[in-house]
Amino acid sequence: METLSITRRLDVKGFNCPIPIVKTAIQMKQMASGEMLEVLATDPGSVPDFNAWSKTTGNALVEQTQEGGIYRFVLKKR
Amino acid sequence: MNTTLTKTPSVSIEAAMQEAETKLAPKLVIFAWSGELDKIWPTLILATTSAAMGQETTVFFTFWGLFPLVKNEVRITGDNWMQKMLSMMNRGGIDHLKLSKMNFVGAGPAMMHSLAKSHQIASPAELLALAKEMGVKLIPCQMTMDMMGLKREDLIDGLEEPAGATTALLAAQGASTLFI
Repeated sequence: METLSITRRLDVKGFNCPIPIVKTAIQMKQMASGEMLEVLATDPGSVPDFNAWSKTTGNALVEQTQEGGIYRFVLKKR
Repeated sequence: MNTTLTKTPSVSIEAAMQEAETKLAPKLVIFAWSGELDKIWPTLILATTSAAMGQETTVFFTFWGLFPLVKNEVRITGDNWMQKMLSMMNRGGIDHLKLSKMNFVGAGPAMMHSLAKSHQIASPAELLALAKEMGVKLIPCQMTMDMMGLKREDLIDGLEEPAGATTALLAAQGASTLFI
C-alpha cells in the first residue's frame, strides 16, 4: 500500500500540544508534493488535532493507527 | 471580522471541521496586551499553531505585552525615574514572567516551568523561537515603547519594525483576531 512510499519520519513521542503539529508543519514545508511523512506521537490530543490540521491545510491524512499508547499518522503532502 | 465570535455557539466540532477547509481565515492577528506567563503562553501556542495551519500570523505586542520581548539580561530600562521604577517592579524578559494568579513571589512560575518540563510542554522561550522560525510576524507597539521607556536595543532580535495601531488594524483586515 501507500505505506511503502514513506520517505520521512518524525518522532514527537512525549511532546505535548502544540509541538507535534508545529514540528509536522515545519517538516512538511521541506517536503515535495506527494511525499509521505510518518509521525509518531503519544499526546491523545494529537488525534483530533492531526485530523483538523489535515482538513485545513489540505495535506491528506492517509493513515492513522494506535498501538500501545502510540499514535501513528501518515500524511501526504499536497 | 472575527469569525469565531459570529459563529453560533451550538456548532459541533465535527461540523466545524467539515467547514474548516473553506472557512479558515487566511490570517490570524493576536493583540498581545497581557505580559503575564499564563497569557503569553497560550498566545504563543496559538501563534505557532496558526502558522502551522498555513495562516499568515501576526502578533502585535502592546502595553504589558511588550515586556516579554525585553531581552532576558536587560534589567533596568527607561530614561526617567518613573520608567526605571516600572522596569524594577515589572521585570521584562520571556524567562521572567509572572503568573496572573498564584504567583507566590515567583514560586508559582517556577512550579509551572517544572510541570511543563516534566510533561515535555514547550516553554514560552522555545515557542517564541519557533514562532520566529515559522515566520510569525512579531510587531512591538511603538507608542508603548515610548511611554514605558523601552528602546529597540532593549528588545530581542527577530522582531518587525515597531509600529502603531494603524499597522495592527491593517494586518487585521480579513483576519481572525484575538485580544489576549
